[in-house]
Amino acid sequence: MIEARDLVKEYVIGDTTLRALDGVNVHIGRGEFAAIMGPSGSGKSTFMNIIGCLDRPTSGSYILDGKPVETLSRDDLAGIRNRMLGFVFQGFNLLPRTTALENVELPLYYSGQDGEMEEKAYAALKSVGLAGRERHFSNQLSGGQQQRVAIARALINDPSVILADEPTGNLDSKTSVEIMDIFTKLNAEKGITIILVTHEPDIAQFAARRIHFKDGKIISDERTPSPPAPLPASGEGRRI
Amino acid sequence: MFILPAIKIAFRGLRVNKMRSGLTMLGIIIGVAAVITMLAVGEGARESLAKSIASLGSNLILVIPGSTTSGGARMGTGNTNTLVPSDAEALDGESAVDAAAAMVRGTGQVVFQDRNWNTAIIGTTGDYERIRDWPVSDGRFINRQDIDGMTKDCLVGTTVVQELFGNEDPLGRIIRINQVPFTIVGVLQKKGQSLMGQDQDDVIITPLSTAMSRLFGKTSVNAIMVKGKSDGVMNRAVEQVKTLLRQRHRIPDGGDDDFSVMNLSEMLSAAETQTKIMTILLGAVASVSLLVGGIGIMNIMLVSVTERTREIGIRMSVGARERDILLQFLVEAVVLSLTGGVIGILIGVGFSTAISQLSRFQTSVSLFSVLLSFLFSAAVGIFFGFYPARKAAGMDPISALRYE
Ligand SMILES: Nc1ncnc2c1ncn2[C@@H]1O[C@H](COP(=O)(O)OP(=O)(O)OP(=O)(O)O)[C@@H](O)[C@H]1O
Ligand SMILES: [Mg+2]
Repeated sequence: MIEARDLVKEYVIGDTTLRALDGVNVHIGRGEFAAIMGPSGSGKSTFMNIIGCLDRPTSGSYILDGKPVETLSRDDLAGIRNRMLGFVFQGFNLLPRTTALENVELPLYYSGQDGEMEEKAYAALKSVGLAGRERHFSNQLSGGQQQRVAIARALINDPSVILADEPTGNLDSKTSVEIMDIFTKLNAEKGITIILVTHEPDIAQFAARRIHFKDGKIISDERTPSPPAPLPASGEGRRI
Repeated sequence: MFILPAIKIAFRGLRVNKMRSGLTMLGIIIGVAAVITMLAVGEGARESLAKSIASLGSNLILVIPGSTTSGGARMGTGNTNTLVPSDAEALDGESAVDAAAAMVRGTGQVVFQDRNWNTAIIGTTGDYERIRDWPVSDGRFINRQDIDGMTKDCLVGTTVVQELFGNEDPLGRIIRINQVPFTIVGVLQKKGQSLMGQDQDDVIITPLSTAMSRLFGKTSVNAIMVKGKSDGVMNRAVEQVKTLLRQRHRIPDGGDDDFSVMNLSEMLSAAETQTKIMTILLGAVASVSLLVGGIGIMNIMLVSVTERTREIGIRMSVGARERDILLQFLVEAVVLSLTGGVIGILIGVGFSTAISQLSRFQTSVSLFSVLLSFLFSAAVGIFFGFYPARKAAGMDPISALRYE
């Protein structure tokens, strides 16, 4: 499903070059639930943005669902973000002064569907436990509720992958657990591949696989032995 | 994404920023209202001029006493007494001339029973009716017998009728003009305002001979009005008038004319062209404000694009393509400018109506100017919205998302 080969991302600031990713090799199969951990500045977000087709690597290749992403056009990437991927960010990234319903509908505008937009959005909000809040503006919702709206938005186009960059970073532990329950359910019931970045080991325990980053490299990649985790594709997961 | 959702998204965007949308529109509103009003004023001026020209009669040549100075014709400087009634009769015989009527002008105090009124008096001959294209609505015009017999018959304009008779029938009544009793034999059709804005119906027409001897004590006339046979022979008619008058007044070769000849039709059509140019000029000046309004849109749209960088990033992250973003901002700009345009048209029409109602200045809103303003504001939206929209669409998703 997601395969990174020697991913390198460099930022040039003035005359120094900063390597945010320094040769990342990883394979994440369909239906996996992976947590990405590591100290601040280790390149987790950079990795997620490339995986999410929001950014391009400096070198190396990224193969998504069998397609090398670097060969795709900007519009192709937009299409992938629209249909195949769902994003959940630490800062929620909802449109301000816009209702929960309209926020959730947003991806549908860009996938060329006209009919049943509202019905779909209602259903998505209901599935994250936000029935009755459809007409609330995003700033009238609590952090946990906003994150649920963001998850509903990520789900609306039935993506095969959800990418969550510190989705619980702004939430208290009780709300965090509720959000993680949603992810767990999506992974277990719908088989959606979930990749999430977190600093908290408790949160990472929800995932069957934990990948650790340090200085732009993967330093460990471990799986919880039980319950039965999906089999790793041969030779892809990199261990140090 | 199709145009309909784009319009929906654009309206949402505008609704979310009501204040800013309103202020942005203001520039377009003022611009369009100015264009509509200016064009209406110009068009109204042109129309009233055209009406006056029509009311004057066609193919007209005016002959007045006194010579033409090098500065051009000077109307109303007929201070020499060179034109006489027989000049008009002689001109009538020229081949390019359809009719000629001499006239004297003055004012007079008119009394009917206990009512009195001060009005303009024109003494002229029967041809005046045809030359000015001014028939009677009742009774008859002055005729040959009136001139020859120096009768005290007269015609009254509608304003005079109203002032002296109200709703009574004036035909056959006797009025006193400067103490002299006259019988009303006809009522003139309503003519309306003259070029100078005078009420042409505030007038009494008497036989030329009577006016000259009994009312004003004159031996010469103020003017001779000549009607050319057709549009095409006007220059020849002017030449014939000049030649004949020089001959009759015994002006030696090389001597200055003791009269001036003006081709009124030509002067008036020149004036009409000038009014047209004025209209275009007014419109152009007003268009500048529309242009300024357009720049205002661009300015606000640019600010809006920067301010909404994060929004653009969010939209891109959920799958908006470049053209979706481009379309969104373009449609926003066009919706702004078109809404402003429509409001501006309404205000402009209201303004024009108010002007013609409150002043005596005629205005006329043409469908053309409305369409022009509408299309122009749409064009302004597209033109000035394109650059900001392009800028928004070209953003990099990740930097847009990270933008603080
Ligand atoms: N746009 C950018 N320009 C320059 N440097 C950047 C940019 N984005 C990230 N970096 C740098 O790349 C490195 C990795 O950043 P990244 O955001 O991936 O870290 P992270 O692991 O997500 O950290 P955190 O846990 O704090 O979110 C950092 O040193 C950061 O300063
Ligand atoms: Mg990060």
